Amino acid sequence: MKDSSPIPSSEVTPEETFLNRRFFMKSAIWAGSTLATAGLYRSFSPRPEVEDTGTAIATVAEPSLQTTLAADERVNSFTDIAGYNNYYEFSTDKSAVAAKAKDFVTDPWSVQVGGLVQKPRSFDLADLLKFESVERTYRFRCVEGWSMVIPWVGFPLSKLLAMVEPLSAATHVAFETYYDIKQMPDSRYAGIDLPYVEGLRLDEAMHPLTLLATGLYGKTLPNQNGAPVRLVVPWKYGFKSIKSVVKITLMDREPPTTWSLANPGEYGFYSNVNPTVDHPRWSQAHERRIGEMGSRPTLMFNGYAEQVAHLYAGMDLSADF
Amino acid sequence: MNFSADTRFHRQLFLFNGLLPAVLILIDGWRGKLGANPVEYVTRATGVLTLVFLILTLLVTPLRKIYGWNWLLKQRRLLGLYAFFYGVAHLLTYLAYDRDWQLQTVVGDVYKRPFIALGMFSFLLMVPLAVTSTNAMIKKLGGPRWAQLHRLTYYTAIGGVLHYWAIVKSDVTYPFFFAVIVTLLLGWRVVMSIKKARGAAPRAL
Repeated sequence: MKDSSPIPSSEVTPEETFLNRRFFMKSAIWAGSTLATAGLYRSFSPRPEVEDTGTAIATVAEPSLQTTLAADERVNSFTDIAGYNNYYEFSTDKSAVAAKAKDFVTDPWSVQVGGLVQKPRSFDLADLLKFESVERTYRFRCVEGWSMVIPWVGFPLSKLLAMVEPLSAATHVAFETYYDIKQMPDSRYAGIDLPYVEGLRLDEAMHPLTLLATGLYGKTLPNQNGAPVRLVVPWKYGFKSIKSVVKITLMDREPPTTWSLANPGEYGFYSNVNPTVDHPRWSQAHERRIGEMGSRPTLMFNGYAEQVAHLYAGMDLSADF
Repeated sequence: MNFSADTRFHRQLFLFNGLLPAVLILIDGWRGKLGANPVEYVTRATGVLTLVFLILTLLVTPLRKIYGWNWLLKQRRLLGLYAFFYGVAHLLTYLAYDRDWQLQTVVGDVYKRPFIALGMFSFLLMVPLAVTSTNAMIKKLGGPRWAQLHRLTYYTAIGGVLHYWAIVKSDVTYPFFFAVIVTLLLGWRVVMSIKKARGAAPRAL
């Protein structure tokens, strides 16, 4: 069949234009695909831009409790400490917590202390900052297998507990983190029940190493590190050191704790750092110190055995993990 | 102008974009911008990229059948090899940083940790596929046998998603996302094969 309506030569694209258009299209596809791939990658890669907005906290020297770091251990940078956080209420992505916790409201704040005590009371922010603050540089060992060295500012929890006068029936202390889904919208992906709860035996809570931290690097805590006040128990895995505390309750029995509720086979009540008791899914014998490429052997009780081992005398630590 | 016929252009485009994440990881690493825990980041990123390229590989057939994008078939081998490439990188970070090159401990680790076993199983399934990806091997095996062998990709994808699911502590959002996609891609194949079997069977009426 003969074509009855041939394309008039005026409508045929000249070869030069055709090639130009082709070149243009190819360039656009190159640029578009490169931007899309790089952008997609970038949206998942870490963006550790950390602001230091804390205000200075005065501390007193503490000659009796010098830190016990080995000669080759360095204090981690503020960027590492404030840019890599497990705070599931904000995000399960450790590099994303800082940005998501940026607008978290920590003032006004109050910590209700009650339960089996003589004098239940609440502490507001000013009350907490009235305690004589000290600087304690502790190792911090996460159950996931990484660790840091952090210069905390705070005061021994025992001082606060002394003020409320625990009753003789009290054997344990329960802690609770602030929880507000409006301020923590991503908490619905956390996969754990909230509010976050933790607990210690009373003798652990009264131990001089156990700190209520209000700051680090000489300034008030960044939100992502548990502002305005958090627990620090240096010989236990990091998740025991509960953040942004709003409730402290003295009890006569072991309180429930978030991670052992979520997975009792993997996380126990004690959760002492112990290189000889492995997590069911990974070894705890070594740890990756943030800022270093190699791995370090994990120390018994995170290097604080001399101070705390007596608390667990006679206990089977592989059963009470 | 017909872009769907420009195989050379597709090849360059896929080659470049597949390599781009690896290049960005290397550049970020060089600049010390991989975050506080670079080892954990690289391990996770290469693992996720392996799954991404496995999924892209599995996406080729549905896209051809549904949209007629047959030109994609010529790029499938490259996508599969990228899955293998990122899988090798993932395995190397594990061997270097998790095992400190103590290769004799790998067997014990596989035995002890089910998620390591799942990952190793999925990786090992990719090895024969990478080896038989050359034209010569396709010819040697013959089309149907080659296609049969390369269905191992399905098990690699399933094993890879389970491996990811088994390592997260509590937030399964990402593993769930990958599980949904792999289920859809494999489910589509099941539905198609059932339809085909019905179509081939003699009609009852």
